[in-house]
Amino acid sequence: MAIIGNPKYEARINHHLAKYETKRSAVMPLLYIAQEEYGWVNPEGIDEVAQILNLDPTQVKSIAGFYTMYSEKPKGKYWLHVCTDLPCALQGADEFYAWLKEELGIAEGGISEDGMFTVEHVMCLAACDKAPMLQCNFRYVENLDQDKMRALLAKWRQEAAQPVAAAAGE
Amino acid sequence: MHILLRGRDIANFKELATYEKHDGFAGLKNALAMSPAEVIDVVKASGLRGRGGAGFPTGVKWSFIPQHEPVKYVTVNADESETGTFKDREIMEENPYQLIEGSLICAYAIQAKAVYIYLRGEFWDIGDQLDACIEALREKNLVGENILGSGYDCEVYTHLGAGAYICGEESALLNSLEGYLGQPRVRPPFPAQKGGGLYKEATVVNNVETLANVPYIMREGADAFKAIGTEQSAGPKIYCVSGHVKRPGNYELPMGATFRELLYEHAGGPLHEDRAFKAMLPSGGSGPIVPLTDEVLDTPMSYEHCAEIGTIIGSASIIIMDESVDMTWVASKVTKFFAHESCGKCTPCREGTYWLDKVIDRILDGRGTADDVQRIADVAENMAGTTLCALGDFAANPIIHTIRHFPDDFAQHVQA
Repeated sequence: MAIIGNPKYEARINHHLAKYETKRSAVMPLLYIAQEEYGWVNPEGIDEVAQILNLDPTQVKSIAGFYTMYSEKPKGKYWLHVCTDLPCALQGADEFYAWLKEELGIAEGGISEDGMFTVEHVMCLAACDKAPMLQCNFRYVENLDQDKMRALLAKWRQEAAQPVAAAAGE
Repeated sequence: MHILLRGRDIANFKELATYEKHDGFAGLKNALAMSPAEVIDVVKASGLRGRGGAGFPTGVKWSFIPQHEPVKYVTVNADESETGTFKDREIMEENPYQLIEGSLICAYAIQAKAVYIYLRGEFWDIGDQLDACIEALREKNLVGENILGSGYDCEVYTHLGAGAYICGEESALLNSLEGYLGQPRVRPPFPAQKGGGLYKEATVVNNVETLANVPYIMREGADAFKAIGTEQSAGPKIYCVSGHVKRPGNYELPMGATFRELLYEHAGGPLHEDRAFKAMLPSGGSGPIVPLTDEVLDTPMSYEHCAEIGTIIGSASIIIMDESVDMTWVASKVTKFFAHESCGKCTPCREGTYWLDKVIDRILDGRGTADDVQRIADVAENMAGTTLCALGDFAANPIIHTIRHFPDDFAQHVQA
């Protein structure tokens, strides 16, 4: 599918176009919509956002590249952002992150063999009192340890095996 | 009783009916009965200072907006990304209407056309909640045209960032909101001036916690607010405590309470009984680190008292480290943050943070020399004050102050 002409997104796109003084201001919300449709910000999504906003695709791509929450490559179904910044690291986040990569058998930014997981470390997520923590598809998962994380990974694998696509995260 | 974290005292406080039952929008109603200039005078008299970190007097900031300009904006800085900061998140999650009420009072005071709440992208669910609040308020004629019959019109919108610390810097935030790269602008013109704000119109940019104080001020009066805190630091403050304490979390106390009260009475003291406190970053990664001595513990948490001990209270993101922590590692962690978050516009910050990170890695690996410690101090000192925004200074702080206070932590890694 595309985002242009897709009834799923029409109301949201119009809402964003209406709330700003310039069309260009809607580039960030529209990039989120492209990422939702394609799973990542791919060239088709960039072109469509550019077309909607009367921008050059290069201008849109520069915005996508500047921010960490737009992925410019395919990723796993569950995108895990582990905070390893100072407050979390004081509570063991570096060790937790190293363990998680080993548990999933992937390096930073890679996709697990079953296509399920991509894991990356990120800077402070405003949850410093609940470390170790991560965001899974941008939902907060806090106060973690290895046992809790193993249980969550099993739960997500089970959800993904269901015929109906389940919502990510908690 | 809390002023900012009222959601902790009152059940279902995030529901509009509950908020209204507990004096919700009384502050806005008082404001609408005054002239915009009178509202600014009240906020000036309250002594409220910006809670995002800089501590600039809020009413004075509002008074910079030229009244004759036909189009003005309020932008709420909800990009909360400073290492160790998690207060705005709790305000917006548990007390969303108070933020919106404060934003509307600010908007009325400067006669803004609209309010844009710029949220960090990771707060998208907070954005959804705020959108629902805005629609509930529209039904009650508290947002939109002719608010409560006052003749004043104002829209409120949310906008999501997408993961960039720099967008908490006000001019970068405005660029990001306009759909450009989130990089700082050359000033002047400042955001409050025509040509410097959102869409080149005069704009107030205020932090979430700053605006969440305003309904109380307009409801209870400037004197009631000024009675809390110290002479130069009025009102309550949310202190975000993280690191090696028993009970990390947000604590709302008056400005001027001591670090000792916060860390022992509220945060429970050292996480490990057998390890003493060693150091504290009182304003996240960006403020000067201090050894956690008795003198520091007995210092009141205010703008003026923190200056006396060589640091800042800033956003009050208080990161505590015990004696097990190597300050060279802390310098490395904070430097990696700034190297990652440097927007790349100014050469001293872009190149400086990159090379600081490389050289500190070398020191931590045991391949560094005493010259390397001097080298990173030099690089940091040459970054400070040479960039368009404060990030260059922020990135210099962790190096300069860790070396100044903890030289032995660096010396242990290097050969002479």
